[in-house]
Amino acid sequence: MVFRKEDIIVSTIARILIPFIQLYALYVIMHGHYSPGGGFQGGVILGASMVLLLLTRGHDEAKYKIPENMVITLSSIGVLIYAGIGFLCILLLGNFLDYSKLAVLLHVDPAHARSLGILGVEIGVGFAVMAVMYSIFLDISTGGVLPEDEEPEEGTEA
Amino acid sequence: MKVLGFIVTVLTGALLIYGTLDMPNYGDPDSPASSHVSPRYITDTEIDTATPNIVTSVLADYRGYDTLGETTVIFTAGMSCILILRRRKKSYKV
Repeated sequence: MVFRKEDIIVSTIARILIPFIQLYALYVIMHGHYSPGGGFQGGVILGASMVLLLLTRGHDEAKYKIPENMVITLSSIGVLIYAGIGFLCILLLGNFLDYSKLAVLLHVDPAHARSLGILGVEIGVGFAVMAVMYSIFLDISTGGVLPEDEEPEEGTEA
Repeated sequence: MKVLGFIVTVLTGALLIYGTLDMPNYGDPDSPASSHVSPRYITDTEIDTATPNIVTSVLADYRGYDTLGETTVIFTAGMSCILILRRRKKSYKV
């Protein structure tokens, strides 16, 4: 169980660092076309920033910023974006995941449509990886019993 | 039984080593792996996908179906952790 510890150094450093970590994660996702990186790596960095928030603030604060239901929904949405782009290509009379058919929707030439299709897919992967990272950490750190589910045991004072 | 296991292990290892003798040298440009489809990826990536990073275009475009499977594996791992570990309020007190 992760409780909030009153440590001004740790919580201040984390508060300063978390936005920059998330910004860097977005950079890694968006810049995957030109440098090492992409959805998996950026998603893991985003998930790590959320884990850092959980570690330094504790469950009681983290659950307001990152509700568990939202995490489950986000991981589904990530896979759905990926598969949705694939099925969209079928609807546009192409093969599954043939991004060049998206050129009609995006008003660019087929090569750039494939580039944008890769970007869309990477964003979906990033969502899924981020949410799953946080979800697995949450489950393992609490043993699966989330704080608001916990009831005081019988015979002990709450 | 220990002797039999040892013989089987040595035989299997010898077979595997014998199998590697036919493999092309490491980094051989004429090997089937680097002469069949790799040159096409290297030369046509920029024209086909307007993406300078060959790794990204192979990962998400040429082999996009594989990456969809990878994402599904990660999603399934997360869902499995939730299903196995997480307990709801009603089933908390057994």
